[in-house]
Amino acid sequence: MTDTLTRSGSDAKPETPTQANPKKKKRSPYPIWFYAPAGIIYTTLFVVPTFASFYFALTRWTIFESEFIGLENFQTFFSEPFLFESLINTMIFAVLTSGAKVVLGLLIAVFLTSQIIARGWLRSVVFFPVLISAVGIGATFAVLLDPWEGLVNQVIMAFGAEQGPGWLTDPNLALISVAMVDIWRGVGLAVLIYIAGIVAIPQEYFEAAKVDGANAFKRFWHVTLPLMRPATTTVIILSLIGGLRSFDLIWTMTGGGPGFSSDVLASVVYKQYQAGFYGLSTAGNVVLFVVVAIIVVPLFWWLNRREVEQ
Amino acid sequence: MSASTDTKSRLNRTYSWVAGLIGIVVTAIIFIVPFIFIFFTASKTQVEAARLEFSPPTEWAFVENFVEVIQARDYILVTAFINSTIVTVGAVSLMVIVSAMVGYVLQRRYTRWNGFINFLVLAGLIVPPAVVPTIWVMQGLGLFKTMHGLILVMVAFGMAFCVLMFRAFVATIPRELDEAAIMDGAGPIRLFFQVVFPLLRSVIVTVIVVQSVFVFNDFQAPLYFFPGAENATVQVTLYNFQGQYATAWNLLFMDILLITIPMLVMYIFFNRQIVAGMTSGAVKG
Repeated sequence: MTDTLTRSGSDAKPETPTQANPKKKKRSPYPIWFYAPAGIIYTTLFVVPTFASFYFALTRWTIFESEFIGLENFQTFFSEPFLFESLINTMIFAVLTSGAKVVLGLLIAVFLTSQIIARGWLRSVVFFPVLISAVGIGATFAVLLDPWEGLVNQVIMAFGAEQGPGWLTDPNLALISVAMVDIWRGVGLAVLIYIAGIVAIPQEYFEAAKVDGANAFKRFWHVTLPLMRPATTTVIILSLIGGLRSFDLIWTMTGGGPGFSSDVLASVVYKQYQAGFYGLSTAGNVVLFVVVAIIVVPLFWWLNRREVEQ
Repeated sequence: MSASTDTKSRLNRTYSWVAGLIGIVVTAIIFIVPFIFIFFTASKTQVEAARLEFSPPTEWAFVENFVEVIQARDYILVTAFINSTIVTVGAVSLMVIVSAMVGYVLQRRYTRWNGFINFLVLAGLIVPPAVVPTIWVMQGLGLFKTMHGLILVMVAFGMAFCVLMFRAFVATIPRELDEAAIMDGAGPIRLFFQVVFPLLRSVIVTVIVVQSVFVFNDFQAPLYFFPGAENATVQVTLYNFQGQYATAWNLLFMDILLITIPMLVMYIFFNRQIVAGMTSGAVKG
């Protein structure tokens, strides 16, 4: 702070009197009010609602009036199986998708950085689904995964099976099917992050390992993998945040069904909002907030610390 | 020795071709087939599309389907495209200006607020938005169900990512440049808008491209904050079509095709910026 202030102070010019902080005699060329436009929008539409949610989660609420009812919403949330299950489903979905994105992303990235033909084209193809809206992908895969006429089951039946699984109609399978489509859609981003990491490894490391007689697998295991920790941190955190909040794909593919078997927190928030239970919906939001904070913040801290230690 | 290098390079070439071809076949099955399916079904007649087969249409009805989708429900798709374009352009331009200002001052000036602001930025990346309270605030301000309300919400949600990008990029611009401009008598506003802002061009392009994709593809924010039959955006329209056209797959897939094409065009033209933005922004997140 002093550095900037003294430096700008020493060559103080007769500046035009702008809206800078009037308390300071020597004006910094980097006025604090530059924060104002962003700050106003962010505070009113993000910070205030976030804090308000902690209060409204404790009320019976109709937008116009709210009645304080203590922890009743949370009690409902944790005692109703169809609400509580959404919490479990959210965790399963997030862990499944981010785990698969790490493993598949790294393997595909290693493959796409090796000496093969059509590398650039393959990278583009793998990445393109990231740019397509989840609604479009959800609608497409809802058709492709149709239990009777869908392309996937047609192929399975062509190989001789009598009947393929009911991907989106079987309660035990629906959530996993949606998770697989989410992996299909998001793995391209993980691949991209890993490719950026692998390309940055100095070639000498591999050459040194080769001179020491390490085969391709050992080079991967002892050189590439340890150096991919920062990239892995990024992939895990990004896909966990995305996975825990996930709504679009689940809503367009199953709508939380069959029954409540693929409901996640975000879809419960929407359903309760539609039903007019604003307090309960907000309680769901607070649960989501707590889950994200409990899982992501310590992970963030822990993974970053491991990086510093190295 | 020459024999061994020979076999080695031949082995390498074999690997390069075999592995590449396997890669092409696998990605074709996993990633290309769904897109071809979208295109084929969008070009079929309704009867043929109902069979959901993966086959080229026997009778091409591409133009008819296109016209019918456009005309459906009183040209709702045209309205939706106009709305989505306004929201995307409005939100992204506002986002770029206000977050560039924050990223710039945050990087250049150290005050005791910096820690707090950095915390807010990280929170913006992690914390899921509280939807109903946001509606409550918007209703109080008369922003609910309005296009400018939706734009402001999009700005609030996308800001954190942009600030991180700008802060990182401003760090690469030498301070001596600022000092020279101050010597020449530039005030804070001129210093930023005429000296620094133009130098941010490459990161601005990246932010614009990445955020346009996010805003255009967003489904949740319009669903909550911009409801109503007239207030259509493309994603919500597509979602409604999914329910209504459960029997007319050709029209549904024509709609999917239409909202996919802008992204494909973006990707072809801005491949480099998208990749840069997604990876660098991600690494800092």
